[in-house]
Amino acid sequence: MEIGEIQSHKGVIGTMVVNAEGIPIRTTLDNSTTVQYAGLLHHLTMKAKSTVRDIDPQNDLTFLRIRSKKHEIMVAPDKEYLLIVIQNPCE
Amino acid sequence: MLPASAKAPHKQSRKQSISIGRGTRKRDEDSGTEVGEGTDEWAQSKATVRPPDQLELTDAELKEEFTRILTANNPHAPQNIVRYSFKEGTYKLIGFVNQLAVHYTQVGNLIPKDSDEGRRQHYRDELVAVSYQGSQESAKVISETENLEEDEEPKELETESGSQTDVPAAGAAEKVTEEELMTPKQPKERKLTNQFNFSERASQTFNNPLRDRECQMEPPPRTNFSATANQWEIYDAYVEELEKQEKTKEKEKAKTPVAKKSGKMAMRKVTSMESQTDDIIKVSQAAKIVERMVNQNTYDDVAQDFKYYEDAADEYRDQVGTLLPLWKFQNDKAKRLSVTALCWNPKYRDLFAVGHGSYDFMKQSRGMLLLYSMKNPSFPEYMFSSDSGIMCLDIHVDHPYLVAVGHYDGNVAIYNLKKPHSQPSFRSSAKSGKHSDPVWQVKWQKDDMDQNLNFFSVSSDGRIVSWTLVKSELVHVDVIKLKVEGSTTEVPEGLQLHTVGCGTAFDFHKEIDYMFLVGTEEGKIYKCSKSYSSQFLDTYDAHNMAVDAVSWNPYHTKVFMSCSSDWTVKIWDHTIKTPMFIYDLNSAVGDVAWAPYSSTVFAAVTTDGKAHVFDLAINKYEAICNQPVAAKKKNKITHVQFNPIHPIIIVGDDRGHIICLKLSPNLRKMPKEKKGQEVQKGPAVEIAKLDKLLNLVREVKIKT
Repeated sequence: MEIGEIQSHKGVIGTMVVNAEGIPIRTTLDNSTTVQYAGLLHHLTMKAKSTVRDIDPQNDLTFLRIRSKKHEIMVAPDKEYLLIVIQNPCE
Repeated sequence: MLPASAKAPHKQSRKQSISIGRGTRKRDEDSGTEVGEGTDEWAQSKATVRPPDQLELTDAELKEEFTRILTANNPHAPQNIVRYSFKEGTYKLIGFVNQLAVHYTQVGNLIPKDSDEGRRQHYRDELVAVSYQGSQESAKVISETENLEEDEEPKELETESGSQTDVPAAGAAEKVTEEELMTPKQPKERKLTNQFNFSERASQTFNNPLRDRECQMEPPPRTNFSATANQWEIYDAYVEELEKQEKTKEKEKAKTPVAKKSGKMAMRKVTSMESQTDDIIKVSQAAKIVERMVNQNTYDDVAQDFKYYEDAADEYRDQVGTLLPLWKFQNDKAKRLSVTALCWNPKYRDLFAVGHGSYDFMKQSRGMLLLYSMKNPSFPEYMFSSDSGIMCLDIHVDHPYLVAVGHYDGNVAIYNLKKPHSQPSFRSSAKSGKHSDPVWQVKWQKDDMDQNLNFFSVSSDGRIVSWTLVKSELVHVDVIKLKVEGSTTEVPEGLQLHTVGCGTAFDFHKEIDYMFLVGTEEGKIYKCSKSYSSQFLDTYDAHNMAVDAVSWNPYHTKVFMSCSSDWTVKIWDHTIKTPMFIYDLNSAVGDVAWAPYSSTVFAAVTTDGKAHVFDLAINKYEAICNQPVAAKKKNKITHVQFNPIHPIIIVGDDRGHIICLKLSPNLRKMPKEKKGQEVQKGPAVEIAKLDKLLNLVREVKIKT
């Protein structure tokens, strides 16, 4: 219900769900792009999470936002999964 | 040896020697005696024979004594060696002649240890000995034995006094040196061998042939394992361990097997459910966050405005303010339903509850309860649907997850937000004393003495009911029955029927717990007390039409406000029967609300889609803001609520839209501090502010 909601939101280019090993489970984009995004963002998220927790082990990463010239990539880590949304903020 | 001239004495000496020899024969039995005896025989058998060439000497000559001196001179050495001297050009006699006579020479092959050659050989043999040691032990032993064997020979050779050839001697010497080298390294192993007749015999046994036998298995399966050991991973491990320990403790405590079984069953059910449900559900938490992020992006400018935008034009507007529209909340499912109630959550300041229903008597359908968060305008956080339209709602202050709801059909219900069911946790029914008319307002009260949750409801059937949640059941207690005074109709049998008043709104006093106000359909406001069930403390003839809302001032304990469909908003002092202020808004007023930050600010919304904001401190007679806020022009605005902390208000209309608006600075003016005085903040200031205003009005009233 909510994933579809996100996908149909204004400006959202793509949505994908990636599992703990970096393998995409669900996606609304084409295969090659998905695989690329999944692999790269998985590493980055792990690194970010490690950074946050190294500083304070009781802390944890809530979400990661990468804003680029063209669009914004939002990553929300969960216990087992990683939810990635690419949105065009259309300003 | 002397020449022949010395022969005669020689003869004599021989004779002498013979006699001496004879004399000593008894004493010596050496080889000397043998010679003596031999010569004796020889001398007797033969007479002296004169060789023909012997010198004839006279007796006198024969008796002549010649003296011989023994000197160290070599008789064979030449006595007159001459050499040619080139300097003088003559032959010269050499004075000194070498007198050395060599009797016997032998070239030997022993070299001293300390000489160069000896050292060199020693060094060379050391190297050889090292390489020797590298080889197998048997060879070593063999070589050692060889050495020893060969050693015997040179030693034997050495003992002989004859001439020796160089080669074996040299070889022996080498072996000797080698032997010497070997000995310091293996002194223990050296056999003590007999130097004369030692012989070593070695024999070799058959060596069994060796054969390699190997066997290879399949290698065990291997995987690569790698992990990082960070501080947080260690922390996680500790936390897990702690949880495990706690679980085991709990298990120990709960020892009933039945409980365990049921627990297991529940677990199985849960797991099967999980396998069936979608993977998407598992990311629901992450999805929520992402949804909010997406919304924040989309409504980025709105979010920025909400937080930071202050209308700069207000400085020039001279006391008039504006409302800046921010977010719009709407949901398809609640599209046709009008907003019947709005309430901010006391704990989560961005969460508010919206009740949907219908005010239309003819068109009654279902109702909805939606809770929105300002962080996500596109989708409600919680959604509940009900059969009957929701007319009012209230969120408990201490338990922000409990929502009390009143329905059009007279039922009240409590929804628990913590539980995901779409059904209310508790619900009243006809048996449990529900109202017979729509419930217009519900309000939570403090927990009663048994710590039970308690709320009040007011309805058109004239009853004000107190509901208590006793052990998961709603128990009702009628507090008051509203009676219309002075309108008892007389029935032929002498009974007096009291027409029942219809309550449409009520509000509890902030400080005086038992006192509350009820607004009725007839336009009257009654001041009641919880303890008196039949009598009112006071009555106010407030309006000509039904009272839509009553509200106590949050700061001033005496002031309250009421609004009605008769187009007016009135402000009262509860001690005085006539209103302090009356405002005519040209349209039926749907709702009115005090601002939480100031005692003199309030907002009213009308059915013509406008919102009016008043500040009594600035302008007693007019609104300082008068703005159409409806999403569409035809929409009637039904409710308004101020946010307790943010300077925003939410406005609901009859099409199910909720609009969030920001108050411009002019609407939020605080009393100006006089120069030199401290800025006083707090309720006291607000009260004083309002008091000042009221006094002015009161004076006027007293005068008139």
